[in-house]
Amino acid sequence: MSMQAHAESPAHHFDHPEPTTFLRKYVFSVDHKVIGKQYLGIGVFMAVAGGLMAYLIRWQLAWPETPVPGFGWVPEPYMYEGAIPPEFYNSMVTMHGTIMVFFAAMPILLGAFGNFLLPIMVGAPDMAFPRLNMMSVWTLGVASLVLIASFFMPGGAAAHGWTGYAPLSAKAAYTGVDWGGTLWILALALEFASFLMGGVNFLVTAINMRAPGMSLMRLPLLVWMQLTAAVLFMLSVGPLVAAAIMLLLDRTLGTGFFLPERGGDPLLWQHLFWFFGHPEVYVILLPGFGIVMEILPVFARKPIFGYRSIVWSTIAAGALSFIVWAHHMFVSGIDARLATPFSITTILISVPFAIIMFAMIATLWGGSIVLTTPMLFALGVIATFLIGGVTGIFLGSAAVDIYLHDTYFVLAHFHYTLFPSVILAGLGGLYFWWPKMTGRMLNETLGKIHFWLTFIAFNCVFLPLFLVGVGGHHRRIYDPYQYDFLKPFQPVHEFATMAAIVLILSQLLLLVNVVMSLMSGEKAPANPWGANTLEWQTDSPPPHGNFKTVPTVYRDPYDYSVPGAALDFLPQTHP
Amino acid sequence: MLSWFPENISTYGAQLDSLFALIYYITGVWFVAAQALLLYFIIRFRRRPGVRASYVRGENAGELAWVMVPVVVVLALDLFIDYRSHPAWALVKEEFPADAIAYGGTAKQFNWAFTHPGVDGKLGSEDDVTLDNELHVPAGKDVQVSINSIDVIHSFFIPTVRVKQDVLPGRTTRVWFNATKPGRYEIPCAELCGFGHYTMRGFLVVHSPEEYEKWTAEQKPTPAA
Repeated sequence: MSMQAHAESPAHHFDHPEPTTFLRKYVFSVDHKVIGKQYLGIGVFMAVAGGLMAYLIRWQLAWPETPVPGFGWVPEPYMYEGAIPPEFYNSMVTMHGTIMVFFAAMPILLGAFGNFLLPIMVGAPDMAFPRLNMMSVWTLGVASLVLIASFFMPGGAAAHGWTGYAPLSAKAAYTGVDWGGTLWILALALEFASFLMGGVNFLVTAINMRAPGMSLMRLPLLVWMQLTAAVLFMLSVGPLVAAAIMLLLDRTLGTGFFLPERGGDPLLWQHLFWFFGHPEVYVILLPGFGIVMEILPVFARKPIFGYRSIVWSTIAAGALSFIVWAHHMFVSGIDARLATPFSITTILISVPFAIIMFAMIATLWGGSIVLTTPMLFALGVIATFLIGGVTGIFLGSAAVDIYLHDTYFVLAHFHYTLFPSVILAGLGGLYFWWPKMTGRMLNETLGKIHFWLTFIAFNCVFLPLFLVGVGGHHRRIYDPYQYDFLKPFQPVHEFATMAAIVLILSQLLLLVNVVMSLMSGEKAPANPWGANTLEWQTDSPPPHGNFKTVPTVYRDPYDYSVPGAALDFLPQTHP
Repeated sequence: MLSWFPENISTYGAQLDSLFALIYYITGVWFVAAQALLLYFIIRFRRRPGVRASYVRGENAGELAWVMVPVVVVLALDLFIDYRSHPAWALVKEEFPADAIAYGGTAKQFNWAFTHPGVDGKLGSEDDVTLDNELHVPAGKDVQVSINSIDVIHSFFIPTVRVKQDVLPGRTTRVWFNATKPGRYEIPCAELCGFGHYTMRGFLVVHSPEEYEKWTAEQKPTPAA
């Protein structure tokens, strides 16, 4: 089983010396650990921006056209003494989605956790291409600046929805947004380039730079899921880049790729967008699940249940994600006979996810469970994702989707898949690996309060939205109470908005915890949780080059509570 | 959950609602079972001093059966749902009734225009009546509306009829329904279509057949543009 071929590769690839100047060390760094933190910084900054937009959206839905507390300073024509006009509302809806998917979820889950953990977990001193890695994060930085700049263009930021459906997105006149829409395309194109470069690094590092003994079936599941996510992104983003360029040409040069009056086809955009869009869901989901997979065995003191089944399910889900895209388009005007075949592929994709979910629950059976903050978040992911999973069954049925499509039922459903995998798993991962990243512990009591507030407030925001969705409440509506049938839903929106404010405010607990930890936190030992994977077998934080000597791997990543062993964990480096 | 549906006034709505209910009960049982199991495991297998966790890897067939058997049941139920869904989908979206009364429609930022067949019951004749944001139909009759858009994508949605269809520029999409209960029902646009999207509100007016005849006779034909 030993991987002799790889025995010397880490040292061979590791050719950059430890930097000494501030600029080289923290700004133009080629060290994957610093780059991971830079991704984290960008991702958290954008997530805060996206979260504030959610606050504006929620306020408008609960109390339309009233001044939003705290936003009276925003100048006209964006807001009027704190009140939101329809154009700005559509910009907020568009940018909230764009930011959360592309500029928060991906930077945090892939950029930060992937960059920081993947090389250490496979026993490598750094990424395969450190300079390319630096270029990836800098490209994302530029992309973020372009996106932020789009707010300050005449007409404001893009207002055609994060899905950018043409022809609304293809002509400035349709939304009244000119440069904002064009910069939106440019920012996305740069973001795609950034994560393509990142994906190449993930793939090459995990395949070529594994430590001696780290066979593929000894890789931590987080690495498998990051790898699958990288491959999915690389294979699916091509068509969307093509679509984005066509859209850019339609907007700026007046071509007609998506405009019927010039011989184009609006549905072409939707096919290309969702051919990318569905794999993209798993690009975000899988790394989130990977974090849960690392946390569960450590705090249940048990091997993950069915490691191999989970690996194959991950690959199968990735492969199937390329043939389900039209389930986003059941009522779009595509050939009606396509609905049932795409319904069936959609149903099939629930099988690998059912295996993964059941394996997570089975891991707990017979465990010795301790409810630390990371474990609470990991269990919270399972509990909430179950709701996202079962509500997907409704939407996967083409007949039921006729009514539910583009209602709050869909909105609640995808927030129940993305919030667990991005926010809950991301926070769980942060509490889990923070000691490794910084060398300091976080406060557990504050962490637990943070979890419970976040978990309860999230459910209070989104559970009621399923109900108004069933009531026929359609999405992206600036003032729902224009409609008689939506008037009775105002108390539901008010409740969800108050819960959203609690949800946002409770994140301040994390800020307090982080600041306290950095200033006076307890020093973290190398392996505070008694965990097996390689990142815990080196200092906290790991030194330049990650390991003092190249580690040799002798066993599976989750050997906890092995009968006869003295301790209840056997690190991967344990002979 | 089920009580949140608006009133159903179409012939096929009940079938769609019962499909929703079927999925609701199937997934509800699984959901409650999974959450209960999760909670039970967390409490039952809490850390106790001196008790080590069981070393179960879930790699042999006997152990994996605990996961795979439920998964096979899930797959069977999922396929059953698809099997039950297909006829309902085909009824609404594939099998258009041949003798439905034909209507026309045009969507634009931000209103609907519906063309009624007039006294002769035929679309494309001189007595056609075009109205902004109002669609008048007789109760209990099959009706087909062929709609296109002159600018962006809109979506024709009648919650009480349980039907939704995106409306595209450059092509005509068709919707059919049979509304059984006279009344006035809202037609929202369900696809973001610009800053006035939220104001794009039409009405379906369902008349009893006699009243519909009377209403039609009272209308002035809209002159051809």
